[in-house]
Amino acid sequence: MIKTEALKFNYNNQVSFNFPDISLNKNENLLIIGSSGIGKTTLLHLLAGLLQSNSGSINLYGQDISKLTQHQIDKFRGQNIGIVFQKPHFVNSLTVKENLQLAQYLGNKKDDSRIVDILSSLDILDKENKNPKKLSQGEKQRASIAMAIVNSPKLILADEPTSSLDDENCERVIKLLKKQASDFNAQLIVITHDNRLKKHFKKTIKL
Amino acid sequence: MNIFKLSIKNIISKPLSSLLSLTLLVFGIGIISLLLQLNSLIKTQMDNNLKGIDMVVGAKGSPLQLILSAVYHIDSPTGNISVEDAKKIKNNRMVGSSIDLLYGDNYKGYRIVGTDDEFLDLYDAKIKDGRKWEDPFEVVVGSKIHSKFDLKLDDELMSSHGLRETGEAHGDQLFKIVGLLEPSNSVIDQLIVTSPESIWDLHAEHDHSGEEHDDEHDHEHDDEHDHEHDDEHDHEHDDEHDHEHDDEHDHEHDDEEITAMLIKFQNPMNIIQFPRQINEETNLQAAVPSYEISRLFKLFGFGIETLTYLAYLIIVVSAFSLFINLFNSMRDRKYEMALIRTLGSSRRQLSFMIIFESLILTTVGFLIGLLVSRLGVMFVSSLMEESLNYNLNSFGILNEELWLLILSIFIGLISSIIPALQVYNLNISEVLGDE
Repeated sequence: MIKTEALKFNYNNQVSFNFPDISLNKNENLLIIGSSGIGKTTLLHLLAGLLQSNSGSINLYGQDISKLTQHQIDKFRGQNIGIVFQKPHFVNSLTVKENLQLAQYLGNKKDDSRIVDILSSLDILDKENKNPKKLSQGEKQRASIAMAIVNSPKLILADEPTSSLDDENCERVIKLLKKQASDFNAQLIVITHDNRLKKHFKKTIKL
Repeated sequence: MNIFKLSIKNIISKPLSSLLSLTLLVFGIGIISLLLQLNSLIKTQMDNNLKGIDMVVGAKGSPLQLILSAVYHIDSPTGNISVEDAKKIKNNRMVGSSIDLLYGDNYKGYRIVGTDDEFLDLYDAKIKDGRKWEDPFEVVVGSKIHSKFDLKLDDELMSSHGLRETGEAHGDQLFKIVGLLEPSNSVIDQLIVTSPESIWDLHAEHDHSGEEHDDEHDHEHDDEHDHEHDDEHDHEHDDEHDHEHDDEHDHEHDDEEITAMLIKFQNPMNIIQFPRQINEETNLQAAVPSYEISRLFKLFGFGIETLTYLAYLIIVVSAFSLFINLFNSMRDRKYEMALIRTLGSSRRQLSFMIIFESLILTTVGFLIGLLVSRLGVMFVSSLMEESLNYNLNSFGILNEELWLLILSIFIGLISSIIPALQVYNLNISEVLGDE
């Protein structure tokens, strides 16, 4: 269960964002849509605990994360939240598999068989010992989804996952995200300006 | 996977820049450790050979030269002294025990020393095979020589005149090996030992073929012509050529000479008074090895000190280069750091990753530096062996080197402090928003 109330964030007193309240039940996905500069990424960072709000509360699964210390938020995020970034990023000194192992280590969830499951469900198991830099663009995107879901998070946050993709790939990626989320029992919140995604979500919030 | 492994992977993934920031540290540590090793090896080697020798008596000249020749067998002797003069010293009640040394010949550059049985005991030298010398021209051979030339009992050695390999060969008289020594890790390993009579006999036969009659007279008339005496000795030591022939003196058996005498006092307190007495009242020279060696160390201590400071400077520069390397790689990997944070790493864990990277580098640098210094010791040792028939062996870790390890760890810490703090305070939201 996800619930935010009266979220507010100021960037150095000049730009301030007031966000609409969010209320999501278990197994509900959400699309947050809005044009550039309206605070989409800020909202995602607030939800992920990467930023602290100035006022308001964020309740994730019974935990008000605005009341946690930095260290506690880091741990909470590692265990409960997976993030898919607009551009896939990895630790480049590690292979795909080692990247996933690092994510598991940081989320306190060591399980090699899960890595194999995820990589095969994303059809990149044969790339597990490759350096992520050597993957194709599509493979990178799938590997970054693997990073987001490897710790069986309750919530997957995706930041503009499709904005740079053509229609065909946009379709493919959003379907993949939704499938992975439901396969692994996670909720999905996508933040985007990409109107093509509207039809894939029952619940939408416009910023 | 854990933070420590991640640090190692990070280092391995950029081998060139890691190597670059290591190079200076390796140099600095290597130089200091090499100096420490050489200093300590030479000191132990010197002290080892100094045991049981309170004073050396020989002909007038440089006291250091006397010590180097009679105790360490690396320089030319200062000259010879008459057995009669030596006896006077021996009979002094302050003298506890004394050992005569007599040089004259070498075997392939290794000195043949005419001496007493006690010489073996002085170095705790044990005979591995055979027995001690009894008759003239019987020799006992030090471990390094018999293993190097593969000498066996009953082999016969043809010696060369003088103390260098290039001397004229004594073809008509061969030395017979009657004993082989065990290694003792002292100078005796590189000596061939025999009775004084062997050397006397050898040179008595050879006597009149000698060409350097001037030199011979120097010593015979020392007593009578005090005034000339100084000049003659000055002359002797300027001219290296003379040394090779120093021992070529008139050896009729009633006028025998020895090269030097190793003396142990009855009472250690005598070390203050007795040498001075000899130097002032006789035409002999007395030198105290421990004093001369510490003087020698002071002399080249200055050079060592300068080099050490230089090496420390290199280490400081290495710390700086390591810092720049970490700092730059931090900036290149900013997004990676943010990613690791979003995966659930705490700020502290991430800072540790940077500190580990730095510590691993400096520790590896320390180890390679140590390795380099050992190679250096081997190199210097082989040089010394070639030119002085002297070798250094022992590769233990010195206490001072443990300090170098601590220094390396310290360097690793201070060069990573700023990058680690930067990572600690990284604003991940900003970095991620920047893409």
